[in-house]
Order: sequence, then C-alpha cells, then structure tokens
Amino acid sequence: MIQYSIRRILASFPVLLGILIATFVLARLIPGDPCKAILGEKATQEVCAQFAERYGLNKPIYVQLGIYMGNVLRGDFGTSIRFSRPVTVILIERLPTTVELGLAAMTVALVVGIPAGIISAIKRNSVLDVITMVGANIGVSMPVYWLGLMLAYFFALVLKDTPFWLPPSGRLSPGVTVVPFYQVFGWSVPEAGFWRGVLDFIARLYLFNSLITGNWKVFKDALTHLILPALALSTIPMSIIARMTRSSMLEVLRLDYIRTARAKGLTERLVILKHALRNALLPIVTVVGIQVGNLFAGAVLTETIFGLAGVGSILFEAITARDFPIIQAFTVVIAIGYVVINLLVDLSYVFIDPRIRLE
Amino acid sequence: MASTSVPLGSSSVRDYRANSLWRLTLRRIFRQRPAIIGMTLLGLLVFCAVFAPVIAPYDPEAVLIGIEDVRKREPPCIHLLGCPKDRPQHLMGIDGNVRDVFSRIIFGARISLFIGITTVSFAIIVGTILGAISGYVGGWVDLVIMRILDVLLAFPSLLLAIAIVTVLGRGLQNALLAIAIVSIPVYARVVRASVLSVKESAYVLASRALGGSHFHVLLRRILPNAIPPLIVQGTLGIGTAILDAAALSFLGLGAQPPTPEWGTMLGTERNQVFTAPHLVFFPGLAIMVTVLSFNLLGDGLRDAIDPRLKQG
Repeated sequence: MIQYSIRRILASFPVLLGILIATFVLARLIPGDPCKAILGEKATQEVCAQFAERYGLNKPIYVQLGIYMGNVLRGDFGTSIRFSRPVTVILIERLPTTVELGLAAMTVALVVGIPAGIISAIKRNSVLDVITMVGANIGVSMPVYWLGLMLAYFFALVLKDTPFWLPPSGRLSPGVTVVPFYQVFGWSVPEAGFWRGVLDFIARLYLFNSLITGNWKVFKDALTHLILPALALSTIPMSIIARMTRSSMLEVLRLDYIRTARAKGLTERLVILKHALRNALLPIVTVVGIQVGNLFAGAVLTETIFGLAGVGSILFEAITARDFPIIQAFTVVIAIGYVVINLLVDLSYVFIDPRIRLE
Repeated sequence: MASTSVPLGSSSVRDYRANSLWRLTLRRIFRQRPAIIGMTLLGLLVFCAVFAPVIAPYDPEAVLIGIEDVRKREPPCIHLLGCPKDRPQHLMGIDGNVRDVFSRIIFGARISLFIGITTVSFAIIVGTILGAISGYVGGWVDLVIMRILDVLLAFPSLLLAIAIVTVLGRGLQNALLAIAIVSIPVYARVVRASVLSVKESAYVLASRALGGSHFHVLLRRILPNAIPPLIVQGTLGIGTAILDAAALSFLGLGAQPPTPEWGTMLGTERNQVFTAPHLVFFPGLAIMVTVLSFNLLGDGLRDAIDPRLKQG
C-alpha cells in the first residue's frame, strides 16, 4: 500500500505541473495591466515600468515561468501585488477560515446525509422516504448563495430577540479576540518560519484553538457564527450523500447475505449497520471525495455572502484585481487539496473493503 | 434457428418496431413520477418563456416612475390577498430601479432556458468530438487529450469559469462560453467510455471489414451507443449550467443589468435582503424550480434508459 501511495503521488505530479503551467498562463491571459489595476488608471508609464521591474513583469514570459517554478519548488509563492505582503502569510491567514468552514459543512453533510439515506432505504416508499428524497432533490437544485441569504434573513432578522438568533456575517463578534493557544500555554515560538506558520494556521482554526485552550466564550461565539455558512454550504453535498447512501443501501439490502444475517436472528440494527452499511460505503466514500472538492467552489459564494475572509473570497478578488501571485498560489493549494483527497479516498477503499488490493 | 426467421412485414416485425428501445424508454419515462413532475415544471417554464410578452403585465426593463404610484423596493401587492384595490397589483413587488419583479422573472425564464440549452449543446458537441477521437484513435492522442481534460477537471468548475470570464471579459456571452468550456470534460469522458466499450465489438469490426471508412464506422456504428448516456448527462448538465451561470451573474461576471437574468437580479439586490427580502426570494426560487425540473427529468431519463443506474 505504501508503494501504491508513492506511485499515486508520483503519478499526480504531471497533473500538478499542468495545473501550475495552466494557472500561470491563465493568470497572464487576463486582459488589463496589473499595474493599472493596482495603482489606478492614472499611473504613468514610468511608475508602471518601475512596478513591472519590481515584480519581474518585464521579463520574457518563459523566464517568468522559470523563475516562478523555481520559487514554488522552494515553497516561495512570491509577494501579493495588491497587498504587498508575502503570499504565504496571506495563505496562512485565509486558509483556516475555509478549512474550518469546509470541515463544518462536511460534518453536517455526513451526519445528516448518511442517516437520512439509510432511513430512506430501510423505509422505502414510506412518507419519510418521499420527504427525504424530495428534500434531497430540492437541496441539489438550490443556489448556495440564495439559501445563504435566506438563512441569514430568517435567523438574523425574523428570529431576532429569540434564543435562536444567529449572526449573519463574520467569524467572531466585534470585541471578541482569540489568543493563540501557544501564547496561552506559554510556549516560546520562533518569530517567523515554517513552524511558526503551522502554529499560526492551527491557532486560526478558531473552534479548535478555543476548544483546546478552554475558552468557551470564544468557542460559543465562533460556533454561532459558523452555523449559517456551514449549513448553506452543506446542502448540496448533504443531498448528494443522502441520495447515494439510499441507492447504495437499496442495492446491498437485496443481497442474499443480508437475508442470511436476518435468518440467523441478528438484530435489525446489527444487520443494517454492520452488514449492509459497511458494504454500501464504497460508492458513498467516492461521492464524499468528489463533494469535498466541490466545497471550494461553494466556498467562493458562501464566503462572499457571509463576509468571511477565506480562500474562496480572496481568490475571486484576486482574479478580478489581476493579482497573479495570489491566483497562482491559491489555485495550486486547491489543486493539491484535490489530489490529496482523491488519494485518501482511494486508500480508504482498502479499509472499507479488504478484498480490494491496491497495486 | 431456422424457425426464428420472420417474414418482413409480418405482425412480429411490427411488434418489434413498436417495442423499439426509444418507445420502451418513452413508456418507462411516463411511469416515473419524478420525471412527470420534472416535465410538467419544464413545460410550464417553456410556456412562460414562449409567451412571456403575453403573461408579463409590464415590460421587464420599464421603469415605472411617473407611470404608476409605486415606490422603490415595494413589497408584493396581490389584490386577492388583501392588498387595497386602488393600489396597482405587483405579484412579486417592485425592485430597486422601480421595475415590476414578476415581469422580470417571467422574461428571465427565456434567458435561463437559453443559457442551459446553448452551453450544454456546445459542451456536448466539443466533448463528443474530443471523446470520440480520444477513444477511437487511442495511444498518445488519447493520453494527451485525457490529461488536458484532467487538468481542467482538477479546478473547481466555478473558479475556472470565473477565471475564463475574467480573461474573456464580463458579459452573458462570455459566461456561457466559460460554463460550456468547464463542462466539456464530463461529456468527453462519457463518449470516450462508450467508444471504448464497443470499439472492438464484432459488429464494428464487421463494418470496417465491409469497407466502411473510419469516419463512417465512428459516426454510424459507434457513436449512437453514446447517445443515451449523453442525453441523461446533458439533461442533468443543463441544471448545473443554469446554476453556474446564475452564480457568475450573481458575482457580477455574467449577464449585466438591466438584463432580467435571475442571478443578476439576486446579485444586485443581495444587500437589501434584510429590508426587501422579496427581491432576493423570488429570483432564487425561480432558479431553484428551473434546476429542479431538469434534475427530476434527468433522473427519470436515467432510470428509464438504464435501469441499472437507478438512484432511487
């Protein structure tokens, strides 16, 4: 299996390389001068020449590509043209927001989607089944941003002054600050560098950070802010997972060994959860993998609606502002995420179904 | 075996024709409740789109200042639901530019259906050509085409569409092209899989042996196999295309105001959700119903064409 993993990782290099080149080319195809986009239409030729010199934009395109590739291999994504800050630093600031949102959305999708699918399959053609499947069909057809806006309207305005009120935007309420866990624990951490980046990344996962430091006030605040965006983002994966679980379970429940298990006198609970679900998991896991990838696209819209400073919103802003280094870095990170998730899905097959041998 | 031969024109041949794959499929579709609901909704939408000028009480782009006594972002006024008779009736209210929302929604059906059908048709044509060449020729041609499509698939489709629109420039036409481009890989894969599954079949080889050109064999013998999965994928794809196009317009990259496009309508009024929720609610509902109708129809078609893929 280790051999398989290594081979898979190696095999994904050409695709990653293709993505690097494609983003580079695509970013440069975007019409308009980054100088004018950043410094304004009135920027003089001299100022723009200096600007181009500073960001290496005056070099031939293949030289730029070469420099860029070399830098990426060293983990250096350059400096954002718009913010004049290292892209890696911005990445560490922004990525945790999206990761937290994505994890929360996926958790909701799994926790609701899989049981809903199982119940639907067991009680096939019942009222419950019909309601679940109608709900799932509506769920996949809903625009994420519309649902987000409607949820915000309902929970923040209609339910105002009730205990069910939820904030419509942001990650934390004004005035609430998060103390990084390494400061709470009194760790001495380096000023900068890789490890500091990792620690900062973890500290910016507000839920996790407040959980391990036991700061319940921040935890509750972060959680209430996360509920609506996570709910909006989770609907599509939830619906797809519920549908897939139902069809996969129906497929398995017809099989002979399920009848045998029941004939042996096993409890229905054991038959469903141990015998049926385990064997129905394979297509479900595959769908989950695909949906994790789609979360990034949904994040662009969800983050825009809920005013979250994550990967999706910055990527959208960067594309419109022609901030090449940000576009390249964030796309590469998303693409690596895709590759890793696909690998994990493939590896999980072995655990779900021991008959599968990865070679 | 000799006893199975049937003289042409006999009743058995007619029975066979009556039960051809397409007729069977059509009959199966009409037995599926979701597909029927999908078709009904779709029929309603097509009706709205075709007869929009008759159904809509106002011009979708007409500003009603000075024509009627209405305010900006006025909520819906429905006489049947108790709105005073002396007030002008506006089923879905008035938007930020003092236009009738209901008329805009009705005209929006034209744009959305147009978006869905054109993007998917384009993607199917290009995808079929690429998939067919890839599967039929094989070798390095297959490798190169599929790797390029893999790179396309590695991007979240909406982000890729955003990037393409930024390259091409804002506007509905470019948004359509962007969405068509990002959906090509799906169709190319479907066609390639169909081609690969029958490429070595005896009847294909026989057609070649009888002197059929590569083009003839591919077009007449192999590609018809790809039609059923393409129809299913295409119907489901229309829903996705409409959703993506609305998302692009919502972000300000697709159709530009004053076009009565649902995503644009939602996007321009999104900050008013707390003061005038009807301006966000109705366009979103319209998008949802349209996408739902295509999804239901697509699911029904899939179950009817290939019951093995039944999703329940």
